[in-house]
Amino acid sequence: MVESKTEISVEALRSGNREEFARMVDAYSGPIYRLALKMLGIPADAEDVLQNTFLKAFQHVKDFEGRSSLSTWLYRIASNEALMLIRKKRPEVTLSDISPENDDNSDYSPAQFIDWHPLPEAEFLSSESQSIMDSAVQHLPENQRIVFILRDIEGLSIQETGEALNLSEAAVKTRLLRARLRLREELSVYYGERLKKGEKNERG
Amino acid sequence: MSEVKDPKCHALLGSLSDYVDGTLSEELCVEIDRHVAECQDCHIVVDTLRKTISLYHDSASGNLECPEAVRERLFKTLNLNDYIRH
Repeated sequence: MVESKTEISVEALRSGNREEFARMVDAYSGPIYRLALKMLGIPADAEDVLQNTFLKAFQHVKDFEGRSSLSTWLYRIASNEALMLIRKKRPEVTLSDISPENDDNSDYSPAQFIDWHPLPEAEFLSSESQSIMDSAVQHLPENQRIVFILRDIEGLSIQETGEALNLSEAAVKTRLLRARLRLREELSVYYGERLKKGEKNERG
Repeated sequence: MSEVKDPKCHALLGSLSDYVDGTLSEELCVEIDRHVAECQDCHIVVDTLRKTISLYHDSASGNLECPEAVRERLFKTLNLNDYIRH
């Protein structure tokens, strides 16, 4: 997350300084919106999460003790809001779906062995490529999705991701590895096809 | 990798994240380097995993602002209209 040029004063926030709060919203609304959009995939839902995040931040900032950074604290609220919305929209969820045992015991051994990484850069920049990448993230189980977004898209450290999600570093690492491997599989299917197509065209 | 069922490939799997992030101990790193140099499937998995992570990382480097209309509604919801900057 980009820290604003002049540090936001937690002291001012806690004393209810509205101008300082507006500066915080300015600095963090972009990253929080992006997190919500990647997490939920629907702009209207992302906007709900964005608004609720800052409403909650406003209500609770007086209790913010600064044990984590301001950005990690905001990510924590936003992550909770996003996960709550996902679960609310899926009321048929059973207890086993959210129990830690189901963190994902499925086999995550690689099955795709096509070396697509040297494809021309333009392949990766197309809008089709972008939408494949977005939908691959959407296909992740939400507890892996949130870890991947915080760590690999927003660039939080393993420790900060753990603080934001109330998870141990070991749990963060396990979920991150599974998310990364799953995404690699899905991208390999798409880019593998692109690679074959390119080779066919070259042959003529 | 999964097809070959080489125990070395399987052992590598658990350390892959740390390996590509460069946070693995030097000793383990050397061991994996050696295996990856010999095993084509693992080599591909490592290269495409790195590429996958960097693609997502790069996709986030732009568009840090939320859309203007979303931002305006946010400031309104928070009663911060007086402070909105255009």
